[in-house]
Amino acid sequence: MPTRTLHLNGEKVTVEAEDDVRLLWVIRDLLGVTGPKYGCGINVCKACTSHINGQAFNPCSVPVSDIKESDEITTIEGLADGDKLHPMQQAWIDMDVAQCGFCQPGQIMAAVAKVEQCRKEGRDVDDAAIEEIRNICRCGTYNRIREAIKAGAEEM
Amino acid sequence: MAQHRVAPPPKREGLRAPVGRRKFLGYLVAAPTLVVAAELTRQEIFGGPSATAAPITSAPQPPEAYDLLDLLRDASRPTANLIRVEVNRDGTVSFALPRSDNGQGIITSTQMIIAEEMGLDVDQVQVTLADARPELLFNQITGGSSTTFTTYTPIRVAAALAQMRLLDAAAQILNQDVRTLTARKGLITDTLGNALPIGDLTEPASSAVDQAVDVVLKPREDFTIIGKPQTKTDARDIVTGRKSFVNDLKIPDALPTVICRAPDLNGTPDDVENLKQVRAMPGITDVEVVSTGVAVRAQTFGQAIDGVRALQVSWNDGTVHGESDETILAKLKAAELPLVVPAGAVETVEGSFTFYFKSNSSLEPNSAIADVRSDSATIWGPMKNPVTAQAAIAKKLGLPQNAVTVHVVQGGGSFGRKLFFDAALEAAEVSQAMGKPVKLMWTRADDSRQGRVHGMCTSRVRATVTKDSVLSFEQRHTSVSTDFTHGLGDAITAAGAKAPGGNLTFAESIFELTQANPYNFGVSTRMLNEVDMRFNTSSMRNVYSPDVTTAREVVTDQLANKMGRDAYEFRREFARSDRIRGVLDAVAKQGRWGRSMKNGTAQGLGIHHEYKGVTAALVEIDCRPETVNRKIREGVTGPRVTKVTFAIDAGLVINPKGIEAQMMGGINDAIALILTSSLHLTDGHFVEASWDNYFYTRQWNTPPELNIIIVEPDDQADEPGGAGEAAVAATCGAIANAYAKAVGKVPTYFPINHLDPFPFEPKPLVPPIPESPVDGLRYTYGG
Ligand code: FES
Ligand code: FES
Repeated sequence: MPTRTLHLNGEKVTVEAEDDVRLLWVIRDLLGVTGPKYGCGINVCKACTSHINGQAFNPCSVPVSDIKESDEITTIEGLADGDKLHPMQQAWIDMDVAQCGFCQPGQIMAAVAKVEQCRKEGRDVDDAAIEEIRNICRCGTYNRIREAIKAGAEEM
Repeated sequence: MAQHRVAPPPKREGLRAPVGRRKFLGYLVAAPTLVVAAELTRQEIFGGPSATAAPITSAPQPPEAYDLLDLLRDASRPTANLIRVEVNRDGTVSFALPRSDNGQGIITSTQMIIAEEMGLDVDQVQVTLADARPELLFNQITGGSSTTFTTYTPIRVAAALAQMRLLDAAAQILNQDVRTLTARKGLITDTLGNALPIGDLTEPASSAVDQAVDVVLKPREDFTIIGKPQTKTDARDIVTGRKSFVNDLKIPDALPTVICRAPDLNGTPDDVENLKQVRAMPGITDVEVVSTGVAVRAQTFGQAIDGVRALQVSWNDGTVHGESDETILAKLKAAELPLVVPAGAVETVEGSFTFYFKSNSSLEPNSAIADVRSDSATIWGPMKNPVTAQAAIAKKLGLPQNAVTVHVVQGGGSFGRKLFFDAALEAAEVSQAMGKPVKLMWTRADDSRQGRVHGMCTSRVRATVTKDSVLSFEQRHTSVSTDFTHGLGDAITAAGAKAPGGNLTFAESIFELTQANPYNFGVSTRMLNEVDMRFNTSSMRNVYSPDVTTAREVVTDQLANKMGRDAYEFRREFARSDRIRGVLDAVAKQGRWGRSMKNGTAQGLGIHHEYKGVTAALVEIDCRPETVNRKIREGVTGPRVTKVTFAIDAGLVINPKGIEAQMMGGINDAIALILTSSLHLTDGHFVEASWDNYFYTRQWNTPPELNIIIVEPDDQADEPGGAGEAAVAATCGAIANAYAKAVGKVPTYFPINHLDPFPFEPKPLVPPIPESPVDGLRYTYGG
């Protein structure tokens, strides 16, 4: 089995995994990093949303062999700066967004990337931008998510 | 989203609580540190006024006088079991809650209740979820939005007794009159400024013998925590990814396990052609045939799924082989109970509605860990009903019940599904078959196609009217049988519900105890008939209310029309109570009922009364073509609910933020139920296999404007009502009415898009799990 070196949450880790195993399972089952959740496995629910080189992506739909050693993978566990929360995480707490919390790691990672995308494209982080976010929350926390994204964006 | 709270009426005069405050019985438990207990079910013992509802002038219907919450509480009275609060040497207070938290925030509200009574900060209280405790019998179930209602007083009693003992111990050590001491943040302080931490007091306050003690609770006027907004105490863990769900637990050797399931609903395996080859696939450790399919255990879930996809299995027919939406609907129609008042004799208004199958999948799929040995078993899972689970698992494994340990883990959403324990039972069977620990997960396709559903049902309504009054209102609800075999959390009741005819009686009692008509509509009857068709069912953010209420509220609008009355004025006049008028007025005023609306857009109202709470919703909907036809890749758009104004009077509110969160969730559910989400039964199976087939509300469907109002009751309610499920029904009714007005046509089935062509390509049945894509890097976005 091939041995791979990954950059995960700022650390260099090695793991043995077949080429076609999707990155989500390498992260969760082999490396024990469980922030990204499984909610569909087919790039629909977005519960596994993480970042690759600062871009939001869904590791359930990426074979581990597609990941280069130079790629920086960040899961929700790596978003904060040590004990200092990312502004989006803080906004999530301030707005008391989470209910069961299962979708929220993915929601926060998606929100951060969406705000950065809007900045790059010179767009406002408004309702229309937020409605491009596809992440499902089966507890129905959407309205607080909107408030949190707007509040978090101001601090980013 | 704006939030408002309507101010309560002025308090009773005077600073002190009324004399003759109620007394309760608490228990000191012999232990080296302070341990106190209270009976989970016993309430007041003597003295003081008790809280009852305002007098009802017209004949009360069962749910007004005695509803499901009372049943859940009273079911357990004779069992008289104790819950315990312990004061730890480190100054924290701990309590194991015999309930399951799936995101409703009951851990937080329980921390608040204890902190209030003991003068602590909320985070000084540690609340954990108790393992299965068979001696609690009925008491360990989380359902019917009952948690806060059933546990509020007992927990306060225990906490108040602990506080009393700590104060007494401090008074002795400080040599001060106990009445001059104050308790704050875990410190007991005298007037001279001497302070003792409660961690130091727990030993001197402990008791050498068990004894019963009279306890007086803190008067409501002195509350500083209950009723104040409190952020969920696990919020930081959630946003940093630290909150663990069952599949995140690291149990040694519990490797990922997935089941290959039949194309038919509840089909069973007959024969497997290629067991050996699949066993040899990369990462796979075990493949075994079990009762529900073929289980594959592997190093990663991805490899287990690959194994499932490679299996060649022949299957026995499932329980609804060959059936479809149409055949089931025909059976329901045939089973509808007759309406008694003849049509045509007087003026009548009628309605006949169909509600299609709906999935109650949470985002966390059914999952459990099992480690079964020859003489014992340990199970981990998010179970609302661990006692029944423990008994069923023991039976399945052939072990005595006390050889099975069930650990309750926080769940990723429930909505009724986790009343059952399908994954835990299956995990136990698989672990026994493999002789190894397993971490079993239903994939999304399994969860959607084979998981529990809200059964298809019909509701017929006939009302007779004169020029200015409603003479009769009959409603006949006919449903695919709802599985209540979880009983009331107790293995004994579950066995009773499994007896022939047992379930129907139980379903009928649940129906009677939850479905009140909130209007004075003359002779009002509601009847339920359920037909067992061997579906996997369970409640779904309530059982009957969303559908029963939708039918009733749509016909109520038609009644108002018929009499030439405004829908709000009409409801106000016919409402059975001032509490209903209170919430109705709140939404009409803050939501600007009757404001002028553009063509193709409209307002609609709905109300509901259940779980000792009353609710009203005022919804605005946009059905203009440019909105309905907006395009979203692999998403459903359709009519957009643009604004919801919602009011709840839930009795005593512990945590307003928590209630608002629950209402928000219920409102988003209602949007899905009425407009976008359903399961389609075709040829013995459900078509929908993921969230791109089953259209639960998404950001692009949720209302841009949402206003939740908590109305405080006039009578200074002493007890909290239920909130977990309260928002769905009234909002469903309001959306249906707004839609009917906007398009000028009353819908006869829900969701309104159910008969449209599929906006997706159905996923294959064999193999049962779709392959994970490999092009994920094509869809990245960011800075
Ligand atoms: S699990 Fe990755 S998108 Fe659903
Ligand atoms: S908080 Fe439960 S799924 Fe989003």
